[in-house]
Amino acid sequence: MDKILDKDQIGVRTKKERRQLVWRQMKQNKEAYLMLLPFMVIFIIFTVIPVIMSLPIGLTDFDMVQYPPTWVGLSNFYNLFLNDSIFIKAIRVTLVFAVFTGPLSYLLSFLLAWLINELNQTLKVIFTLIFYAPSMASGVYAVWQLIFSGDSYGIANSTLMNLGVSTSAIQWLTDSKYILTVVIIVQLWVSMGAGFLAMRAGFQNIDKSQYEAGAIEGIKNRWQELIYITIPGMGPSLMFAAVMQIVSAFTADIVARNLVGFPSTDYAAHTIMTHAFDYGWVRYEMGYASAICMVLFIAMYICNKLISKILGKYME
Amino acid sequence: MSKAETKPAKIRKKKKPVTDPKKLKASNRRAGRKIGGTVAIFLFLTVLGLFMVLPIWLMVVNSIKPVNEMFIFPPKWYTLNPTFDNFRDTYRVLGQMWVPFSRYVFNSAFVTIAVTVLQCVFASMAAFCLAKIKFPGNKLINGIIVLALLYNSNVIYLMQYMVMAELNMINRMSALILPSVASTMGLFLMRQSMSTVPDAMIEAAKVDGASLFTICWKIVIPNQKPALMTMAIFAFQGAWNITGGSVIYDESLKTLPTVIQQAASAGISRQGVTMAAAVILFLPPVLFFIMAQSQVMETMAHSGIKD
Repeated sequence: MDKILDKDQIGVRTKKERRQLVWRQMKQNKEAYLMLLPFMVIFIIFTVIPVIMSLPIGLTDFDMVQYPPTWVGLSNFYNLFLNDSIFIKAIRVTLVFAVFTGPLSYLLSFLLAWLINELNQTLKVIFTLIFYAPSMASGVYAVWQLIFSGDSYGIANSTLMNLGVSTSAIQWLTDSKYILTVVIIVQLWVSMGAGFLAMRAGFQNIDKSQYEAGAIEGIKNRWQELIYITIPGMGPSLMFAAVMQIVSAFTADIVARNLVGFPSTDYAAHTIMTHAFDYGWVRYEMGYASAICMVLFIAMYICNKLISKILGKYME
Repeated sequence: MSKAETKPAKIRKKKKPVTDPKKLKASNRRAGRKIGGTVAIFLFLTVLGLFMVLPIWLMVVNSIKPVNEMFIFPPKWYTLNPTFDNFRDTYRVLGQMWVPFSRYVFNSAFVTIAVTVLQCVFASMAAFCLAKIKFPGNKLINGIIVLALLYNSNVIYLMQYMVMAELNMINRMSALILPSVASTMGLFLMRQSMSTVPDAMIEAAKVDGASLFTICWKIVIPNQKPALMTMAIFAFQGAWNITGGSVIYDESLKTLPTVIQQAASAGISRQGVTMAAAVILFLPPVLFFIMAQSQVMETMAHSGIKD
């Protein structure tokens, strides 16, 4: 009797009831689970299982030959922060790189996606192609090497020399003064990628009738239309672009590796990701490489949480 | 522009409230568009676009430059004697392989089409459920997807290899196709886009007795063409660049990028070939991109069911 009269217990389901409720909901949504199935099966086999298998590797000493790997606890992380001066340098390079490429290319992507949206349909396709093309040209690094070539045949050098700005060829790709700048320029060039295209899709997904209604209700110009109709309508696309931007700003190492070689002079373009590549695929110290990736993952996770919060507040 | 502003207020007032929708021309439907602004936008995009295109222009020009023009000073932005020698050389180098060239093209085409189609179908369905259906486990899966997007470990490929070896997939076409099918990026993109679909639309269809499957394919996805085509572009591009590296060792199963990179990675003496190879690999994604984006253009002109 007393138990039933306990005020806290009224309206609160017991564990068994809750389980039954969940089970009933699951049965109601059979079709949803069926539709999820094909994707989830492949996703679990080729992504989730490998990820779970890779989690403990950071706590081991694993050279890909000796199996099973030897357990070393947290010593990889200990060495990383206390004994690895190049890692500390890599953190600095990654931060400089991420600060310059991340927010800048995010804003640029948005600006360009919006401006393109103001043009007519054919021009939309043409300009979207122009700005997205660098992301599709996977073999274009050879051209950048030609542009920033260290001899006077390089386009950057020959242009500067013809204009009389400089008298001798600058070693763009091997002088540690210039390396990071060059890499950031090329990274910005390829950065109108997934995020940019998703924003373009976001702009296109907004119903035209909303703009018509807005025009009748007194929206005066493009700017007001952007603030009052477009941005509130494409929050999810902006979120997607932000996540992609975080990933590409923090994990970009392909540009640097292709352009200035590996390792770069004085480790001038040595990001955390390059460091992980070095230990993983050059020295075959997979345990250490995994620990590096783990640190990077945590940094990205925190960054993602922060940005979701900021964007989420703005969208409300 | 200045003329319009100096016009007396009376005339402007007369013109302003256009209530008859038939009188609104297509361009007038949107709020306050000044032609000067549009021209400025066009010019700005053109200037910036030129910078973006420059390296690609150079890639194309260098691929059709004859050898004797390649190393002159100062380097030229154009060529007066275009030649297809570099492409012929690339083809010849590839022709020396054991397997006929057409086999690589077929492999690449097969992998690309399979990945693109499967990814679009599977990810669209999954994204629809994750975005619009409330079921136990929904939040958990959504969280895992974002985590998987951020997680980037060097060891994953190794573990993936071990999983594939366990499933007896090594040196089979499926090893190239299946891992790319469940792209978290594609799913996340679709999910984000579908979350803007009004619930009322789905509820209405449910009341009419439509199954989830029908709602997904007949109502929601036709309205999601921009995101769907974007996902298709990502899928195509990713699949086209699959090299297979460690999971394929049979020559007859290799893809075009794998062998083209082999042919092109022979140093400065093959610079022409490198450029030609880059152009060959660049073209299919560009063509697909144009196709997909034009598709969006057409469908957006007809869509109308939204609130």
